Amino acid sequence: MNNNNRTELAEWAMDYALKCGADESVASVYNSRDIEIEYRDKKLDKLQESTQNSLNLQIYVSHRYSSHSTSDLRKEELKKFIEEAVASTKYLTEDTFRSLPDPKYYPAKTDIDLKLNDSSYKTIDSAERVKIASEIEKEAMAVSDQIISTTSGYYDSYYENVRVHSNGFKGESNGTVFSAGAEVTVKDKDGGRPEDWFYATTRFKNEIPSPEILGREAAKRALRKIGQKKIESGKYTMLVENRASGRMLSVFSGAMTARAIQQKSSFLDGMLDKKIASEKLTVIDDPFIEKGMGSKLFDGEGLAAKKRVIIDKGVLKYYFVDNYYGKKLGWEPTTGSPSNLVFEYGTKSLDELVKDIKKGILVNGFIGGNSNSTTGDFSFGIVGLLIENGTIIKPVNEMNISGNAKEVWNQFVEMGNDPYMYSSWRVPSMLFEDIQFSGI
Amino acid sequence: MGQKISRRKFIENGSKGLIAAAVIPSFLSSDITKAFAATKGETMKLNDYYDHFGINEKMIQEVFTEALSRGGDYCDLFFEHNIANYIGLEDKEVNRAYSNVSFGVGIRVLKGDQTGYSFTEEITPNAMKLAAQTAANIANGSKKIGPVELKLRETPNYYPINTPWEEISINQKIPYLQQINEKVFAEDKRVIKANIWFSNETSYSLVITSEGVVAYDYRPMGQISVSVNAEQDGKREQNYFDLSGRRGIEFFTPENIDRLAKEPVRRTIALFEAVKPEAGEMEVVLAAGSSGILLHEAIGHGMEADFNRKNISIFADKINKPVAESFVSIVDDGTNPNIRGSINVDDEANSTEKTFLVENGILRSYLHDRISAQHYKVNPTGSGRRQSFRHVPQPRMRNTYMLPGPHKKDEIIASVKKGIYAEMFTNGQVFIGAGDFTFYVKSGFLIEDGKLTKPIKDVNIIGNGPQVLKDIVMVGDDLAMAEGGWTCGKNGQGVPVSMGLPTVKVSKITVGGVQS
Repeated sequence: MNNNNRTELAEWAMDYALKCGADESVASVYNSRDIEIEYRDKKLDKLQESTQNSLNLQIYVSHRYSSHSTSDLRKEELKKFIEEAVASTKYLTEDTFRSLPDPKYYPAKTDIDLKLNDSSYKTIDSAERVKIASEIEKEAMAVSDQIISTTSGYYDSYYENVRVHSNGFKGESNGTVFSAGAEVTVKDKDGGRPEDWFYATTRFKNEIPSPEILGREAAKRALRKIGQKKIESGKYTMLVENRASGRMLSVFSGAMTARAIQQKSSFLDGMLDKKIASEKLTVIDDPFIEKGMGSKLFDGEGLAAKKRVIIDKGVLKYYFVDNYYGKKLGWEPTTGSPSNLVFEYGTKSLDELVKDIKKGILVNGFIGGNSNSTTGDFSFGIVGLLIENGTIIKPVNEMNISGNAKEVWNQFVEMGNDPYMYSSWRVPSMLFEDIQFSGI
Repeated sequence: MGQKISRRKFIENGSKGLIAAAVIPSFLSSDITKAFAATKGETMKLNDYYDHFGINEKMIQEVFTEALSRGGDYCDLFFEHNIANYIGLEDKEVNRAYSNVSFGVGIRVLKGDQTGYSFTEEITPNAMKLAAQTAANIANGSKKIGPVELKLRETPNYYPINTPWEEISINQKIPYLQQINEKVFAEDKRVIKANIWFSNETSYSLVITSEGVVAYDYRPMGQISVSVNAEQDGKREQNYFDLSGRRGIEFFTPENIDRLAKEPVRRTIALFEAVKPEAGEMEVVLAAGSSGILLHEAIGHGMEADFNRKNISIFADKINKPVAESFVSIVDDGTNPNIRGSINVDDEANSTEKTFLVENGILRSYLHDRISAQHYKVNPTGSGRRQSFRHVPQPRMRNTYMLPGPHKKDEIIASVKKGIYAEMFTNGQVFIGAGDFTFYVKSGFLIEDGKLTKPIKDVNIIGNGPQVLKDIVMVGDDLAMAEGGWTCGKNGQGVPVSMGLPTVKVSKITVGGVQS
């Protein structure tokens, strides 16, 4: 399917829903080509290559709302699908807040180039993909004879999306995503087999680091876990590495949605323009970053993307307000979910932050755990490294941290200068004081 | 909402898109599916499946020829039609419905341990041949194969239901939600919000292998989840309860509707009095039921044979060695009637079974898919499962539980001087190689001098799989299965599972909490 076919199909589906009795409708057609390679023991382990399509439909019938998706795009089947979708929507209860967004929130311009599409994608052949994965494996295995297993991987994707709204919005987007790296397992003395990974995910192929960097970094991370053990419970300074620190922010994110506020399941209810974190924390939602993993001109409801300061020196400035819950609360919609998150970064690298710590734990990753958006309580498992007098002493694992977001973000003392670039959340390393760890 | 995903590991940054990625149950409206197939449900025979997918034997033979043309050893085709419906009640009204239809075929070619895979959502001869050519590329020779003689593998039915979900319309489901909502608000004046979801799913699948095995399966699923918020003295708490299984609408009896109203309210109100336990190692008693998450994380994933074939599981060299006390037996079972993780046949056309992971304290068998069974030269265990036709099969758990032991619940609790009693869980995770595993305790109680005292909430428990198996010191006689809608995630694929446990005491494990 090309973009014209997609637009045609979306418009047909939108119109057919109206013809069946809907007052308003939205149709979007998505497709992507995905190729995934796994490589181990010097040979291909898995080669997967496919194209997928889907049609998504949102229907409003006298303020009754439903949404539907299907991968069966045969016209006759789609007709029946849409007819039944409209018919079953009529059974729902009328809800006056159910209607499409006011067109004034749609973007004026949709032809700005955010550089999300790497034109070199078309020239990559399968031999090249396999070669990248094989070199990553080779580089990782060469690091140490303590490595007992390496699985390297390469993935790329090209996607296109068209959406049309019956009250006048039409938007298109497309882009590429590349990802490569490895998972490495090493042998520990006591029978354990610690593992770690290093993957990079980018919009452009030439921004993926070399196989040497990817393979060696994965191996180095696994090797330094040898001998890991839990240590005594207590309060420690906690430095969270950039690739893991998004998890600390996730305690906020669930509580920042209009749905959570309206459903009274947010500990941030009533906190707009109030201090919710230390003044070291400034978070910005920036949809317009070129080559950003989360960059976009409009969101999943067609609302125009905007750059917004979410938390300004610890003060909450903004909730994620989607169309429906905005109407329910009588608030202006913003967007239902963040695009790229960027921060007011600090001045020190991870290594420099380590040097300043007298006694603490560098958390490289979290395992399990959860948080409660109604109360702010959280508890996560961790793996990391013990720091004493500015030096990394030994690996630690099998420990938990626990606390409440209302307190822990006031114990946040310093931002690193090292945003994690392989995610839409460009989170730096973050330093907290007096965090409750449980171990022995 | 009642969906719990236990992730094996985060391959990407764990934070990525957390808001957008909040698990949205993909359920729906219902009449939609009347569009398909004149024959429905468990009465469908092989010919009905061929008609349903619009295929015939000639097409299958042609696809095999194409798929094995480059020298692959084996090929299978997985046809699937999945229909999911969902309706939701919020602010006292059933005001949302979602549906998802997924239709297509996955084509897999194996060359030794190597996998080539492709799928298409268009079940036509041309589209299937193109996908077959792609999957064929895992091999690089050339080969001509003769016709394959196809033979149906007869399978039992572990999940009979009264009426297929496709025959239940949306207006039959709405009153269930309204009734639960009224009961929830009548139950306690402190309740301020209730969110209730009704979901049902039907999957028709057909597997055909180049070894000539043909098997089909009809898999129903039903679930109601209830989430409650309550307020007391300006403090708010939230908790939930859900019932799920390979069930029809008859599962939602007046008794179950009553439990779906009372239980989430009880669980929510209890949190107002809840405290955090002390941080550190302590004795932990796991309540009978969904505490089986301990087994899922501590041993289940580590026994999936792909991790062992790749040499990355901490259990890789422990088969036939003692790993626990002799009263500990752990199984993974696909045959439990109407339980969420049961399957009549696995997604590679192998018969399912009850597999002993640990038998009287001895580590017995891995969970195998085709690749690992061939690698280890053993029979498959019927554990090859996939999320959909878009995914390759992997060794997966079904219903994982511990058999009853010699102790009584009361004596187990009475034996604990200072510890916790963990009752309700939301999620867990494991590192396969190191053996670190966690599960999150949403609620439970402190145990002080042999008695349950104050309620507790929101603590993560972390341990080491092999160590915790050794530290299981008492096992009750009161095995119960989890009742909720557990979904297990592995390498980006989610499959429905269940789990179970009698009351169990672990002598020492690290509990997240606060310093006294």
